[in-house]
Amino acid sequence: MGRFILTRLWQTLITLLLLTVLIFILARLTGDPTPLVMPSEATDADRNFFRQQYGLDRPIHEQYVIFLRNALRGDFGISFRYREPAFGLVIAAIGPTLQLAGVSMLVAMMLGLPLGIVAALRPGSWIAAAVRAYASLGQAIPTFWSGLMLILFLSITLPIFPSSGYGGPENFVLPAVTLGFYASASIAMLTWANMTEALRSDFVQMERVLGIPPRLIVLKHALRNASLPIVTYLGLQFGLLLGGAVVTERVFAWPGVGQMLVDAILNRDYPVVQAAVMMTAVLFMMINLMVDLLYAVLDPRVSRS
Amino acid sequence: MSATSEGSGLGPFRRRFTWGRGGRPPIVATTICVILVIAALAGRNFITLAPDEVDFTAILTPPVWIEGGSWEHLLGTDQLGRDMLSRLVAGARISLLTACAAVIAGGTIGIALGLTAGYLGGLAEAVIMRVVDAFLALPFILMALAFVAALGTGVGNIIIVMVLTNWARYARLVRSEVVLIKQRDFVLLARVAGLNRRAIALRHILPNVLTSILVLAILDVGRAIILESSLSFLGLGIQPPDVSWGLTLAEGRTYMTVAWWLTLWPGVAIVLAVMSFNAVGEWLKARFDPRGQL
Repeated sequence: MGRFILTRLWQTLITLLLLTVLIFILARLTGDPTPLVMPSEATDADRNFFRQQYGLDRPIHEQYVIFLRNALRGDFGISFRYREPAFGLVIAAIGPTLQLAGVSMLVAMMLGLPLGIVAALRPGSWIAAAVRAYASLGQAIPTFWSGLMLILFLSITLPIFPSSGYGGPENFVLPAVTLGFYASASIAMLTWANMTEALRSDFVQMERVLGIPPRLIVLKHALRNASLPIVTYLGLQFGLLLGGAVVTERVFAWPGVGQMLVDAILNRDYPVVQAAVMMTAVLFMMINLMVDLLYAVLDPRVSRS
Repeated sequence: MSATSEGSGLGPFRRRFTWGRGGRPPIVATTICVILVIAALAGRNFITLAPDEVDFTAILTPPVWIEGGSWEHLLGTDQLGRDMLSRLVAGARISLLTACAAVIAGGTIGIALGLTAGYLGGLAEAVIMRVVDAFLALPFILMALAFVAALGTGVGNIIIVMVLTNWARYARLVRSEVVLIKQRDFVLLARVAGLNRRAIALRHILPNVLTSILVLAILDVGRAIILESSLSFLGLGIQPPDVSWGLTLAEGRTYMTVAWWLTLWPGVAIVLAVMSFNAVGEWLKARFDPRGQL
């Protein structure tokens, strides 16, 4: 157990370090940022001072060390556009993104779990076929399109929910349904598979023979046995929602990290791009690490294999 | 009157027909895939109107079955009077081209590195697999955006971005299969027979991995189409004058209240394409990968 945790921590650390190398290389591919930052009337001395200050005149490996040291202190430079530390801007945007991902997760669970359970209970029925169709549709519809269609029907044709904005609970409805619908498809399929397996297991068959009420068997025993992989998957799905949120935030003008990242790329605001990518990566990897460790605690077979 | 009970009494010749593992092949989905590929390769020969032909006398013409529509523009026109059907066909070309290029190039790189890692083991494996982890450490749209920020937009760059976000999954799959295959008897025998490592890897191990790769590749086409159209929708993918479904959708967004067909058609095209490729991929997966490793 302890060994498993250590290995997993070590792996995460190495991956994170490699990711910083990757982001550093990408940042250098964009070229010298000096002309982007400095006003055109700056003298050569000014430019050289800027290069020295950011270590751009040093050899590449020294530049990486500087980059890493600064990144560890949360210093990704000053946003070219807002003239504020990029790190602070990104931190401020993480809140709305996490809120959206959280509410979407709830929507996805409320849709995906019941659909998966019902499909597992009635194999071969029209309900199962409908759930399959729902899942393949959910995985194929890009969030930007489902988002726009929701706006078209529930915001323009029937003005019920606001199409953009942030603040009140009504602002959550359309973006969370968009993102939640997308995530619910794979949750439904996974719940279906695991419930089917649990319902087939010996002890459920035994309970049937013993005449325990089916409702009790399904809700209490089968579901509990199917829940471990499902809970794990929900954790991983939450991380993936952070990625899906990028596009959804753009559609609904949601003030999150995704929207900030896309804006920063369009405006060539590289410090913000780096900070946003790095912070999302750290968040995503932390979530995955926690899910893995939790799974190992709950199911000791994992850490032994 | 059940076919099974009837057949069982009459010997092997009247046995009930079954489709085998994976069930009935997805005929509709396969047909749509074929139509899309034909549209992508030869669609330009079927359409009479150029996708970028501006016609200011026919701005925002609705589809033909709606009042004001015309037979000249079956699915309507956009804000510049360009024919939507032509733009969809042109979009199919870019979407499938970028998706296939990404899958083939990413697959090749991934296979090469996965084969190396799995067969050589040791330090090479450790290094390659840690790099693979780093490339898979982010949700793929975020990874793609990080690459776009560095490389820029346009068809060529988007293909490179998609290759960079794609290759690691192939490397991981190939490595995990190779590790198992290389312990099987025929590989050991080939080694005893004195074949060199490259020959064993390419001639004896690789063919055994190809089925899984093919399944992953077909499932990947759908994912690649979504990635490309998402990037194009965000304004960070295909750029005008090139045509892409995601881009057409983004351009039509401004006119959503007056011309729903601008946002509906490209979306339908994306959903149909992705669903069809996924259905074919899922069927192949059920047929050839019953262990569910993909």
